[in-house]
Amino acid sequence: MKDMLAFKLWPGRRFVIGVPFLWLLVFFVLPCLILLRISITDMGSGLDPFAPLIASADGVWRFFLKYDNYVAIFWDANAGFGQTIYMAAYATSLKYAFFTTLLCLLIGYPFAYFIARARPSIRPALLMLVMLPFWTSFLLRVYAWKGILADQGVLNNALMALGLINQPIQMLYTDISMLVGMTYVYLPFMVLPLYATLVKMDLSLLEAAHDLGASPWQAFWLITVPLSKAGIISGAMLVFIPSIGEFVIPSLLGGAENITIGRVVWDEMFSSNNWPRASALAVVMIFLIIFPLALYHNYSAEPSVKPRMKGEA
Amino acid sequence: MNLPAARILGFLKAEGLVKHFDDVAAVDEVSLSVNKGEIFALLGSSGCGKSTLLRMLAGFEVPTSGTVTLDGVEIASLPPYERPINMMFQSYALFPHLSVWDNIAFGLKREGLPKAEITERVEEMLRLVQLAPFAKRKPHQLSGGQQQRVALARSLAKRPQLLLLDEPLGALDKKLREQTQFELVNIIESVGVTCVMVTHDQEEAMSMASRIAVMSEGRVLQVGTPREIYEHPNCRFVADFIGQANLFDGVLSLDEPDRCEITTPEGVIHVGHGISGTPGMALSVAVRPEKINIAKRRPDLLHNLFAGTVREIAYFGSYSTFIVETASGKTVKITESNTVRQDLSGITWNDAVFFWWGDSAAVTLTS
Amino acid sequence: MRAISRFLQAHVGRFWLVAVYLFLYAPLVFLVVFSFNSTRQDGVFTGFSWRWYSALWADTRLVAGFLLSLKVALLTATLSAVLGAMAAFVLVRYERFRGRPIFVGLVNAPLVMPEVIIGLSLLLLMVAVQRAVGWPDRGTATIVLGHTLLGMAYGAVVIQSRLREMDRSIEEAAMDLGCRPLQVFFLVTLPSIAPAMVAAWLLTFTLSFDDVVISEFLSGPGVTTLPQVIFGYARRGINPSIYAAATLLIAVVSVGIITYSVIMARQQRQRLREINAAVRAARESRSI
Repeated sequence: MKDMLAFKLWPGRRFVIGVPFLWLLVFFVLPCLILLRISITDMGSGLDPFAPLIASADGVWRFFLKYDNYVAIFWDANAGFGQTIYMAAYATSLKYAFFTTLLCLLIGYPFAYFIARARPSIRPALLMLVMLPFWTSFLLRVYAWKGILADQGVLNNALMALGLINQPIQMLYTDISMLVGMTYVYLPFMVLPLYATLVKMDLSLLEAAHDLGASPWQAFWLITVPLSKAGIISGAMLVFIPSIGEFVIPSLLGGAENITIGRVVWDEMFSSNNWPRASALAVVMIFLIIFPLALYHNYSAEPSVKPRMKGEA
Repeated sequence: MNLPAARILGFLKAEGLVKHFDDVAAVDEVSLSVNKGEIFALLGSSGCGKSTLLRMLAGFEVPTSGTVTLDGVEIASLPPYERPINMMFQSYALFPHLSVWDNIAFGLKREGLPKAEITERVEEMLRLVQLAPFAKRKPHQLSGGQQQRVALARSLAKRPQLLLLDEPLGALDKKLREQTQFELVNIIESVGVTCVMVTHDQEEAMSMASRIAVMSEGRVLQVGTPREIYEHPNCRFVADFIGQANLFDGVLSLDEPDRCEITTPEGVIHVGHGISGTPGMALSVAVRPEKINIAKRRPDLLHNLFAGTVREIAYFGSYSTFIVETASGKTVKITESNTVRQDLSGITWNDAVFFWWGDSAAVTLTS
Repeated sequence: MRAISRFLQAHVGRFWLVAVYLFLYAPLVFLVVFSFNSTRQDGVFTGFSWRWYSALWADTRLVAGFLLSLKVALLTATLSAVLGAMAAFVLVRYERFRGRPIFVGLVNAPLVMPEVIIGLSLLLLMVAVQRAVGWPDRGTATIVLGHTLLGMAYGAVVIQSRLREMDRSIEEAAMDLGCRPLQVFFLVTLPSIAPAMVAAWLLTFTLSFDDVVISEFLSGPGVTTLPQVIFGYARRGINPSIYAAATLLIAVVSVGIITYSVIMARQQRQRLREINAAVRAARESRSI
């Protein structure tokens, strides 16, 4: 089929590649460049959210570059380097992202495993049950956790009715509600890639391991887990990377003390109207996720396509 | 109808076809001539280039160099949809979303034929492959053999000048294969279309094709009728590839117009014809197992009589195979038909036996 | 002790599955139950009442938001399915062209990028363009553009896998029978990937309908999608009308998904039955 294209690099092919490529360049790359550019300018005057990069003053063209935003992110005038609220926010975000990923892995791996080992006839139904909540609004489901975890909420009332506690535990606006909410929302993202990898595994490998003397537990750690490595990393990155910048869950379920970077960017944008500062924060966020992004890309890469007909007749 | 000879012979001509994939030459200087109305087979093991060659004929690969002409028209530069050639794919490639009828009509619709004519042609094809009651079914509702017949009907519907078959019997099991072989050939011959087929199965090629080209490593080694290829292989590879052959390596010790002798470690082999060679040259002699006789008692013969010890015996029902080891250490494979139901030979493992063949049974090979 | 451990081992799978499913469905159950609550209370079910449902119809903001979200989602899903199909096609079929690694990275990136970054950068783009050429004003169009960026990535993933497992020889067969490349695509390839395109459409519809962050960044005055309205309510406190809306949504989605699954399963069984029947019939008549 490849050589078909030698017939005519029919304008169709260029069109088919060109349109999505152009779309991505215009709506993905270009905005990132603009992001960069805005981050190094100052807040604008009046209605302008940002000042021009190049302007003339007194008849002379000059660059108006300001690195203040980046400085402000990393260095607080009073407390010194690394003590800014922004650094704290990044740290908080990373902390929550890390623990969310961990929880999703601990809960999701066995879950995916058991679905993959279930009878083939009920697997589609099990998967459908996992996906069904995903198709209902995620906002509404997070909203529901607000109601469940409230001081006067269902969970507290149930625990008190059962006599396990005397006073309502504060769960809302704490780490608990944050992690519950994040794990809840991101669990399917961990389960699906894991499932995809686990279900493809050749069960005769486990049989061979048992035949050679491994206990089920050993076989699991020595064979199953290593073979599902790609799925684990894929799933982990699908959870970790977006949860760094997560905004909705922290603002509905998170407390006032531990603010994540998503909320900070939002506040800078819509409360302080400081677009350049928000842009700078976003740029730093991008740098933060580049390494995990590359990792994800590596492990979810499409299988290499064998050149056709090579050595075959 | 008498066509001028040129229109019959060399109906399909390939000259100097070469196809490179990166640095590997999948097809290396292949020239062929296929006659009108014949069934021509490309035979070889996987990797020999036969499928690439077929795809070049179909138009799915562009030759690196060389020409292909069909009925005098140069077609190598034409895309597949402009060639008067149709292919039956190994996987059948039936359109899963279309019925049998629509599958067959597909090519006709692309030609823009009037509806009435399409209907007539499709019905003709359905009758040809005996699938008229299944016209409305979808491919997945048919058995493998039925799917194949739909694929065949679809490729014949446009009345192509050349029909290509890609491993036509590959997907069928053994019993089905025999039956299908003859049915396929009957249909193709009744339509009268010129046909090139590709296969790795000798039996398929020998039973279906009128001429065979044996290929290896991108080259054509020999072209001929099944009998020619089998009885007169032109090199060791072909002798060994088609059927089975015992190869004796030796040196030409006598060369006369009507006979020659080759001296080998096993003894002197007499061949009933001369070859124009120089005494002392290295030669191989190929003898097919079924042409060798075996017995415990020494027969009264002058030539081509050898001795050995039986190492293996295998009983295959209609014939038996004996592996005999000579004093020189060579293993010779001998097959005997089991024409009677009892085992009269009395030969068993480790027996000392004699084996022999007639003067015309061997073929001399220089390469 | 061993008996207990063996019992646990045998059933740990079932326990774990049930526990996680309970976790996944707890909020949904909560929403449905409390949408019928007669008071505003969140902890106690005080009685059955339809009041929140009637309040729902009366809430013009919610209704307006719903209609807008519907419009945006329809546009987004359609655009995303088309662009996603193109991107998937390029990823699977075109093995070598200039800039391919960049293309691959760009298609996959929106899948994992935090929405805040996508929203912010797109907003900056829109503003810059608006300054230059006076268009677009932030509103429906800009939201659709933002959602489509995400939608295309998801669509490409869904369609890619179907495209990869498709039997390519039917495309060659179509060409062999006289189809030009474009005809091949519309007559053979498209019907083959149609189910994947439908799946991609539905997926991106849902994503767009549910999106908060990008909508918030890219919407303009007077343009508020349903999630934005709900989010606004959510920050201010509990509003049980939202529970009513949620219950309706859950009902629609559940019916949709269950119907779809049942139909798919039935089709699969039917197909298998037909294949088996054909094989059996052939074997019985001893013909091929």
